[in-house]
Amino acid sequence: MSEPVLSVRGLRTHFITRERTVVAVDGVSYDLHPGKTLAVVGESGSGKSVHALSILRLLPEPPAKVVGGEILFQGRDLLKMGAEEMRKIRGNRIAMIFQEPMTSLNPVLKVGEQIAEAVVLHQGLSQEKAWAKAVGLLKKVGIPHPEERVNDYPHQYSGGMRQRAMIAIALSCEPDVLIADEPTTALDVTIQAQILELMKDLQREYRMAIVLITHNIGVVAEMADDVVVMYAGRPVESAPIGELFKNPKHPYTKGLLASVPSIYERKERLEAISGQPPDLSGGFTGCPFAPRCPQAMSRCGTDDPPQFHLAGERMSNCWLVEDETKSSSHRHAPSGAIQ
Amino acid sequence: MSVTPILAVKDLKKHFDARKGLFGEKTTVKAVDGVSFNVMPQESFAVVGESGCGKTTLGKLVLALEKSSEGTVHFDGQDISKMNGAALKKMRREMQVIFQDPYSSLNPRMTVSDIITEPWVIHDMYRNHAERAQKLAKLLDDCGIAKSYLPRHPHEFSGGQRQRVGIARALALDPKLVVADEPVSALDVSIQAQILNLLKDLQKERKLAYLFISHDFSVVRHLCTRIAVMYLGRIVETADSETLFNDPQHPYTEALLSAVPVPDPSIEKRRKRILLTGDVPSPLKPPPGCRFHPRCRYMRDACRTHDQALIEAKSGHEAACEVLPFKDARSAAALVAL
Repeated sequence: MSEPVLSVRGLRTHFITRERTVVAVDGVSYDLHPGKTLAVVGESGSGKSVHALSILRLLPEPPAKVVGGEILFQGRDLLKMGAEEMRKIRGNRIAMIFQEPMTSLNPVLKVGEQIAEAVVLHQGLSQEKAWAKAVGLLKKVGIPHPEERVNDYPHQYSGGMRQRAMIAIALSCEPDVLIADEPTTALDVTIQAQILELMKDLQREYRMAIVLITHNIGVVAEMADDVVVMYAGRPVESAPIGELFKNPKHPYTKGLLASVPSIYERKERLEAISGQPPDLSGGFTGCPFAPRCPQAMSRCGTDDPPQFHLAGERMSNCWLVEDETKSSSHRHAPSGAIQ
Repeated sequence: MSVTPILAVKDLKKHFDARKGLFGEKTTVKAVDGVSFNVMPQESFAVVGESGCGKTTLGKLVLALEKSSEGTVHFDGQDISKMNGAALKKMRREMQVIFQDPYSSLNPRMTVSDIITEPWVIHDMYRNHAERAQKLAKLLDDCGIAKSYLPRHPHEFSGGQRQRVGIARALALDPKLVVADEPVSALDVSIQAQILNLLKDLQKERKLAYLFISHDFSVVRHLCTRIAVMYLGRIVETADSETLFNDPQHPYTEALLSAVPVPDPSIEKRRKRILLTGDVPSPLKPPPGCRFHPRCRYMRDACRTHDQALIEAKSGHEAACEVLPFKDARSAAALVAL
């Protein structure tokens, strides 16, 4: 297989205030390969967005602090880079699109200016050339009459068009990695279908790797090659997409997949996961999912399970797979043990 | 049919006055523009559509929270669209609402106990202390709310727990009809499943009729027996749930169903998607003729001018299109290219 373009190793992010420390991301590891899509799935508060912001070092410090791990982009650790060097990568080699296109676009700048800004900054193009490029990018992302619409302000665009404009900005420097944080959550389904299709087309064209952050299992099924499932800040399971749906290992993944209604079948009852997600400021003894887990054993309440590495590039953070495991590692171990 | 519908909506319209810009010309937004449907007792009827189609306005009209511009709403045989004051208040005991956002629909200064029992105070019911306590205990039990929550305030709870409080409040008066406007959209999937199961159980136990307003076909399929699809203020298709999913007759329904991602990669990989071009047109200026024609892949010349009303295909299945319907049965499964 090709070299991964992005390798996250034991990433840990805390929010530290005087009163308490919230462990938002606790030991996320994965490899992202060129042209592939890795989905990071989880519910609100699972740490999926904070993990993305940690990669781009966009979190406000303090209170946020990346307390451990490595983020290797093309072999270099982003966490060790200076601010200047990081700026050259952010928005250029690694770009990001956000959930709410209205709040992430600048309302007082024309759409064209916002696209051109990135090109001028990172590629040193002249204003004129950058403007022409902005028109071309808007055309590429499917904005009708781009020569005219490039002069519009964001409020003159519909929700779907704003997300297209965001994608145009993200693509302006032909990034190696695109981080998409809930890119279609604010959109209607017919528009969501358009945007997902567009992302797939552009990925093929640019051989871009995508980290797709979402809570929508349907979107994961449509887009992802590999999946990392997060719960309470930790990756509880990772696997190639087909395997994950066919044979989920972690009880949380099983519960999550069973609780999603589908238009393809009418279930009499949905398999709900009982209880509520935990508070992240307390720290855990044992497995954080244990209180809600239908398969919990007595040791789950006391012993924190390591990450068990299984055949077929899989990982499960659950004692149940201990017998079929090839090797195991602690969540916080940096590179080496983690395959 | 001999049974009276619990809710009969006929030619209902709601037009809002609007201005283009601060000093611009006056226009009218036809948020709901001639909608008719019946909901039978104990039925769960869904209104599905994308943002701006008028589904929430429709819910408000049904509850008489908005005054309609035209048309009638009969609740249990009585026209409530013209009712006022005491008569309306009395009818409202029978029809309750659950809102989308459990964060903004509960008063943050009231305790859970006050929120749930407020309807009894308003309608002067169960004044006997023991009776009220007994009713409350049953309600909490049914809705899965722990007794220890009662003296606490909404901000102390998560979204799912708050939504349970909202449901308990809606059911306090033993209504016959509950209008649920996107009751699970703000919740995480694992919590969403809990609430959907709860709504299903409560319906069975309390013999409720639901008017379920949603944008999410997967949720609707799970909960509802009949579905109306709305587009730009109109119903474009109505059918029972299984028929709609297996044999959609309106091109919009067909495209909408194909756009919903399926949580199964083996299906997803084989699926053919109908991509609609463009956005939903502004309700300020709906297209002439069939409102869907600019985005429709079956569009014919006639569609530009002719505004097709709902036509009945089979018993209980209506669609507002004369081009696509009643061809061979195309099932949603047929959309999966083999």
